[in-house]
Amino acid sequence: MMPASAIAFYVLSAFLLITALLSVTGRQIFRSAIWLLFSLLSVAAIYFWLDLNLLAAVQIVVYVGGIVVLIIFSVFLTKGSGQELPALRKQRRFLSFCAIVGSFAFTSWCLYRYGFQITAPNAEAVDVKTLGKKMLSVEAGGYALPFEMASILLLAAMVACIAIAMKIPASKTNQKNN
Amino acid sequence: MHHVPLLHVLIVSTALFFIGMYGMFTRRNLITLLMSLELMLNSVNINLAAFQRYLYPQQTDGIFLSLFIIIIAAAEAAIAIAIIIHLYRTYHSVDVEDATELKY
Repeated sequence: MMPASAIAFYVLSAFLLITALLSVTGRQIFRSAIWLLFSLLSVAAIYFWLDLNLLAAVQIVVYVGGIVVLIIFSVFLTKGSGQELPALRKQRRFLSFCAIVGSFAFTSWCLYRYGFQITAPNAEAVDVKTLGKKMLSVEAGGYALPFEMASILLLAAMVACIAIAMKIPASKTNQKNN
Repeated sequence: MHHVPLLHVLIVSTALFFIGMYGMFTRRNLITLLMSLELMLNSVNINLAAFQRYLYPQQTDGIFLSLFIIIIAAAEAAIAIAIIIHLYRTYHSVDVEDATELKY
């Protein structure tokens, strides 16, 4: 008889893999996006299962609340949210399936051979308070510098998005064509 | 979590990574390519979190690496969607086969 936490993990990971597979193979983009939402949610549930509460919260806020919404927006902004994607040639699908299964088997075999003989530790997970202090600490082992780098990166990404998506005025495009 | 060996968590994340890679191989639509990329990034995050929790439960590096990967993934998704919108405006399609102007 398996303990409840182990059953929870296997059910969660089965749900995660099935929804990921559906989102990758679905023919309708919008449905794929919804399946992606479910698989990201179950990744967050796996973080909760691992007792990493902060990571799970960030996963839900950033991925489920941010990135999936962005993806759904872009599905609606470009045409074909209701259209089906064109089917692939069978040969190509078969070849990529073989490549994926082969490399998955090889990687799992390597992991199995390495033999992580680890019984899970009894130690408690690090609490969120420690994490927050460490994130803004400037002493050794602190993460203040990458934190600031991340904020600069996000600012640069925002400026780049505006620059890329800006509409080119019609007069300029005419000049380019001439 | 005391009854699930680390190996099983790693195999789940490996499977998720290769599912994302299958999407990268078979899809031709930029939005679905982006979705496969998100799946692959998530599998790496699961890996880091599991290693941190099982091997070094008192350290915090695994959590911080995952957090920064999530931040960078957010920036990357935003830029990718700006590029997709611009591409759609130029070519009226988001299919990678239609955007071949940079091809030599």
